[in-house]
Amino acid sequence: MYITAGIPATVCRIRPGGQGNIIGGAFMTNLKKKLLVPGITAAVMLIAVLLACFGIINDYIQTIIMTVCINIIMASSLNIVNGYMGEFSCGHAGFMAVGAYVSSVLSLILFCPDNSITHYALLPPELSVLLFPLIILAGGLASMLASLIVAIPSFKTRDDYLAIITIAANYIITTALNNIPAVGASRGLMGMTGITDAMSAIVPIPWVFLWSMIFAALTILMIHRLMSSTLGKGISAIRYDEISAEIMSVDTNNMKLIAFTFSSGLAGIAGGLFAHELGFINPASFGILKSTESLVMVYLGGMGSLSGSVLSATVFTCLLEIMRPLQIFKWVIIPLMLILIMQFRPEGLMGARELTSVFPKLRKIFPDRVLEQKPRKLAAGGVK
Amino acid sequence: MSGTKTLLEIRHLTHRFGGLQALTDINVDLKEGEIAGLIGPNGAGKTTVFNLVSGFYVPSEGDIIFDGARINGFKPHKVASMQIGRTFQNIRLWSDMTVLDNICISQYYHLGYKSGDAFFHTKKYREQEKKIHEEAWQLLEKFKLEDSALDFPRNLPYGIQRRVEIARALSLNPKLLLLDEPAAGLSTSDLEDLINYITWIHDTFHLTIWMIEHQMQVIMTLCNFIQVVDFGKEIARGEPEKIQKNPAVIKAYLGNETL
Repeated sequence: MYITAGIPATVCRIRPGGQGNIIGGAFMTNLKKKLLVPGITAAVMLIAVLLACFGIINDYIQTIIMTVCINIIMASSLNIVNGYMGEFSCGHAGFMAVGAYVSSVLSLILFCPDNSITHYALLPPELSVLLFPLIILAGGLASMLASLIVAIPSFKTRDDYLAIITIAANYIITTALNNIPAVGASRGLMGMTGITDAMSAIVPIPWVFLWSMIFAALTILMIHRLMSSTLGKGISAIRYDEISAEIMSVDTNNMKLIAFTFSSGLAGIAGGLFAHELGFINPASFGILKSTESLVMVYLGGMGSLSGSVLSATVFTCLLEIMRPLQIFKWVIIPLMLILIMQFRPEGLMGARELTSVFPKLRKIFPDRVLEQKPRKLAAGGVK
Repeated sequence: MSGTKTLLEIRHLTHRFGGLQALTDINVDLKEGEIAGLIGPNGAGKTTVFNLVSGFYVPSEGDIIFDGARINGFKPHKVASMQIGRTFQNIRLWSDMTVLDNICISQYYHLGYKSGDAFFHTKKYREQEKKIHEEAWQLLEKFKLEDSALDFPRNLPYGIQRRVEIARALSLNPKLLLLDEPAAGLSTSDLEDLINYITWIHDTFHLTIWMIEHQMQVIMTLCNFIQVVDFGKEIARGEPEKIQKNPAVIKAYLGNETL
């Protein structure tokens, strides 16, 4: 045959003997495989929470883990737009701010008795455990709505021009927040610890810590599912060639809308978690610097690589913490490292690849895309 | 072979880019099942006609009627979902997605599930994805491309990329296929293959094909009807033999001197 160039790719993508497991029976093995990753994730979370309860993981380590989780959500959600779709959005922190403020205001007026807005709690504290995740999700929903100010111009504009629009959106949001006295204007909003206290009073575990991990895991799952579906591949098609995407019946406007709103919604969730982690937010924490931080994580990890974003968010956050004793020199060393990485590995740590293609053994744990393998009928009769 | 039903009807199509008159009063009747050609010197406006039909430009005047429905001003993806396939002069595959993905994405217009289904892997999602992939594999088998299914197009030889592009256009299940210079970049020895290939597609998938081509060998062998445009105006139409002898066509291609 004439095909020679692509053989390595083929070899590493087809799992030898994989089909037997899926079609040929061994139902239990299949089920075990399916439950392996969720099982391990749940177990890790449970252990982490237990360790935190017994004081083995102290508050400082908890804060770092929460920050890692929040950064994972920020980086992987921005990766949908900047990586998979190939647009350049620089206003991610703006949507984080919307989520942070909406969820903070909700938890203040619903569960914090001495808050600065209504001065009394609307709901009894017992409901806080149930409603906390919904409050965070409400922040995400609000961010989705706010993202329309970026999504709609993106139908007509691309590249640098869209980047300017996203920066403008970030400024609009922070300036607006700076001028709303009800949410503390530039002084910021505080007292969100009220809801965490209410939850801990019912069941004494670190709730925000737990939910940060759950939301981070769900984010990864959701992005993975969207991007591996044929629908989500329409987003990648825009990156590689928007015109041929249109000609192949992909409604590119709709895909952009999905990508922007989904990405911003996740940023809103990250914002909500961030607000409840610190118990204090002000507009200045969601400026262009915060957006840049997310951008750095995306490009460090590799555009269009979900595992790259997760990896770089973890590495970047930990690096910031490890270098804390260096004080101001931190901001010399980290940018220097970035310069070196961009110089010698411009595609980022992972490029567009995922961990499973770097370490094929991981495929045993992560269920492979069955549909990408040659169907049996063809394999039997169709080979020349 | 040709039926009597008109598949694509273009009436008084005129297009202007600002002050530039690109097309003037173009009329086309494509009968179902025929292979028609659109030829003309460089810059005559052939690709503009294709771009108007596939929805990249909105015509300044005139009507485009496909299968009984007026499609002027439709967005390209809408036109594609009405089953008009198209290829480009230069290959426009998604070079960093596998050939299989390239084929699957064109099923987008009848995907049948929403993003929520993808998040929760609903039954609808699983069934649809299975169907899409099965159909894609079948198509790849027909085109003898199964072995390259998981390769990236950028790693494939040029000739195969062309085949993938046509296979991708056909994965839309088109009633009408627009081929924009399918022979561009092919050597003379490959032309014979291309002619057989297009004939095979036409017979296997029962489509109507409309092509722009500069290679006279390809046009004269394949087409049963040809239209010639020059400076945005139609200068001749008819059977290939008549077109070859038409003085206006010879003049447009070769200048004023007679042969």
